[in-house]
Amino acid sequence: MNFDLSFIVIQLLNGLTNAMFIFLIASGLSIIFGVQGILNFAHGSFYMLGAYMTYQCVAFFRDSPSQFWWAVILAPLAIALLGGIVERFLLRRLYDQEELSQLLFTYALVLLLSDLAKIVWGIEQLSVSRPAILKGPIEIFGQYFPKYNVFIILLGPCVAFIFWFFMLRTRLGRMIRAAAQDRETLGALGVNVNRLFAMVFIIGTWLAALGGALVAPVTSIRPGMDVEVIINAFIVVVIGGLGSFWGTFLGSLIVGTVYSLGILVVPRLSMAFIYVIMILVLIIRPWGLLGRPLTLER
Amino acid sequence: MIKNTNWVLIAVFALIALVPLSGSRFYVFLITDIMIFAIFALSLNLLLGYTGLISFGHAAYFGIGVYTCALLIKKAGFDFLIALVVAGVFGAASAMIIGFFCVRLTKIYFAMLTLAFSQIVWAIVFKWNSLTGGDNGIMGIDFPSYLDSKVLFFYFCLGVFILSIVTLRRIVNSPFGRILMTIRDNPERTEFIGINVKLFQLLAFIISGSVASIAGGLFCIFNHSAFPDYLYWPVSAEVLIMTLLGGKYNFYGPMIGSATLIYLRMQSTSYTEYWPLILGTMLCLLLFFFPNGIAGFFEDRINKWRSAK
Repeated sequence: MNFDLSFIVIQLLNGLTNAMFIFLIASGLSIIFGVQGILNFAHGSFYMLGAYMTYQCVAFFRDSPSQFWWAVILAPLAIALLGGIVERFLLRRLYDQEELSQLLFTYALVLLLSDLAKIVWGIEQLSVSRPAILKGPIEIFGQYFPKYNVFIILLGPCVAFIFWFFMLRTRLGRMIRAAAQDRETLGALGVNVNRLFAMVFIIGTWLAALGGALVAPVTSIRPGMDVEVIINAFIVVVIGGLGSFWGTFLGSLIVGTVYSLGILVVPRLSMAFIYVIMILVLIIRPWGLLGRPLTLER
Repeated sequence: MIKNTNWVLIAVFALIALVPLSGSRFYVFLITDIMIFAIFALSLNLLLGYTGLISFGHAAYFGIGVYTCALLIKKAGFDFLIALVVAGVFGAASAMIIGFFCVRLTKIYFAMLTLAFSQIVWAIVFKWNSLTGGDNGIMGIDFPSYLDSKVLFFYFCLGVFILSIVTLRRIVNSPFGRILMTIRDNPERTEFIGINVKLFQLLAFIISGSVASIAGGLFCIFNHSAFPDYLYWPVSAEVLIMTLLGGKYNFYGPMIGSATLIYLRMQSTSYTEYWPLILGTMLCLLLFFFPNGIAGFFEDRINKWRSAK
């Protein structure tokens, strides 16, 4: 076991990098749940498709030096469009049905999208190279740390801040928060709730796909990454509080850092630590660290 | 009317009992599989269709049954029958602990919490290498000496299957079952007439978990193995689909659903590797066009035909 300080710092930074990836995905899951009341299993699938689409875009722009940046912009938009189509033509028809139908519909999407990805991209692992400017490491306390990870650690809070500002200060953000509280009253006030729901689903899908696009250079793109990530995002949302924005951020930080520091202490049980935290949160505050108690609503 | 369904049921059991006489090993295997999952789906439907609780973590109790049986037989040398009974008890006990926390929440929050707990059970099984073998699972769990052929085990499963159906049907038709249905239809009013809703929900959860565990115990012997995959969350989704496919507002719906799903999967895997694509499409069709499942669809037809007459 190595308790050298610089090593711990590096491990902490690794944890923060993971936390930012998880945050991008979990924030989309959280906003869709908060507003629409849908537990979206397909969220992980959109993340996976975001990564695959990034691979596709990078291949398409292979002559351009900024291929990766084109991909990061275009791939999430393409997947968000797909999300919009799914919402408009399929999910919308299930809004007046019970929760179980919506839940199972998103599971049907998981099955369909995973097989479609297999048909289009095969089952081999794919990879995307890092953009030239972010290749190589920087030195921190005598240890080397990848530049790309530094970029992610800086980008995560920026996205969080922009998103928070959007929710707090813009008209659409206000309407989304209002819809989370009482969608019927909002509809009675003349807001097109259907269109708002579509917007929320598209934004959520975009966030998932953005997570997939950004994770593409540091992971192998493969079938099965959808099912793995959805549970992690789900744990984050449970710990932080469903529908709570800063709760999701806090949850991501906890899961990311506990996981990477846990590896230092007991490598085999690092995942178990996170589950223990989840159990404790569920027992003490079932609505999450920063969530609101919702047990009385029916 | 009740007499009629009883006769149909007896006829179905008799037909199932005749299957091994055909000498087809394929059908013996298929129908054993179907019966085990039918018990599993029936147990889920006690929560879903009768109490109105969406459990998205039912694979946990199935898996607890699988591992209780596997560990007791393999590591402690227990007899299979005793292990199966213990599995039922363990299933009930774990459902009691988990259910205690889950019934405090409603609707989608309940579903999330059951999913969270089932993932915890999965993580324990997956990570506790020294006990469960982790990802490698436990293999080589043999039939006990008195059930040492596939046909004998088939009849044993049929026995458990009949027993589960009779027991569960008695439960849902009892005053207890009526209270569960009242809770499903309107939990608030049920509370007003002086019924402890949470307590009854918990009781339903315990019964359901126990029966699911017994199905898991059977599955462990049937496959001669135990793997963490048996309690991963997609299994919970699959048993939900079975229940919904058959029709959750019909007692026999889950049986029909598990038979349909397992038969189709068995057939399709010999033609194509894209079973998830087929299942996903089927699920969409079901949700958009037949929300009451197969049993619900035919019930509607029969009712229309009756009223037309």
